[in-house]
Amino acid sequence: MDAVDVAFTEAAVGAGISTVLMLGTLALTARSERSSSRSSFVPLLAVLVTGAALVYGTLDMPSFGQSDAPAQTHVGPDYLERIPHEVGVPNAVTAILASYRGYDTLGETAVVFAAGIGVLMLISGLRTRRRKEEDDPDTGGSA
Amino acid sequence: MRHHLILRVITKLLVGTIFLFALYVQFHGDYSPGGGFQAGVIMAAGFIIYGLVFTLDKAQQVFPPWLVHKLIALGVLLYAGTGIYSLFAGYAYLDYAALDPHHPEHGQHYGILIVELGVGITVTAVMVAVYYAFASRAPILSDEDW
Repeated sequence: MDAVDVAFTEAAVGAGISTVLMLGTLALTARSERSSSRSSFVPLLAVLVTGAALVYGTLDMPSFGQSDAPAQTHVGPDYLERIPHEVGVPNAVTAILASYRGYDTLGETAVVFAAGIGVLMLISGLRTRRRKEEDDPDTGGSA
Repeated sequence: MRHHLILRVITKLLVGTIFLFALYVQFHGDYSPGGGFQAGVIMAAGFIIYGLVFTLDKAQQVFPPWLVHKLIALGVLLYAGTGIYSLFAGYAYLDYAALDPHHPEHGQHYGILIVELGVGITVTAVMVAVYYAFASRAPILSDEDW
């Protein structure tokens, strides 16, 4: 189905947002890293095991662009056949995303919502707390 | 940032075009590549470039944080509300045929537009809110240290 839409999203996110957030984080953090006394063996092991599991998982996948992969043989053609008379929207990706897979997209939007709220709570909450801490000594001093 | 003349002029020219393109991607998503997610990110990029060049305060005058925070929830509510409307109209959850029972195909069309609008609103608001959250914290380094 040549999902240009996905490439489009990646381009917009990668070019527009990631760079700005990266720079924002750079401006907020200190330049030098604090040296850690803990050994990095356990984290390294966790990363290796997870990586190996992921690579093992890809072994069963059909190879890239294979024409007799399940997605190409029955799911894709079925949608392409149904969409013109069931939904009537020329862009098949949009029709699948919003109509056939409406629940998934609702979940996806909820994930974006939850992530946004999480970032706000982490970052903005800290700011107001700090401001309160800064305010407190002042009021204590004047009283 | 008063001295960045070229940046300011180019940004003024670009911001309008970026918003227009975002609206095109949003509402033309049924016919061409695009949809709520893409349009939301492009729309947010418009606000962010405005904030980068003309200070955060100016951007927050145009798009105040309280509005951004409300819009985050509004998008999801619009999406979920479409589904609840179709429940009350006697259809399955998120069955857009409920929006135009005589022409189910038109109903699908309206449904996709509304739902994509909800996605677009949430994505724009979340991106802008994240940018505000990062940018409004006082940076550790002053300009001279760079």
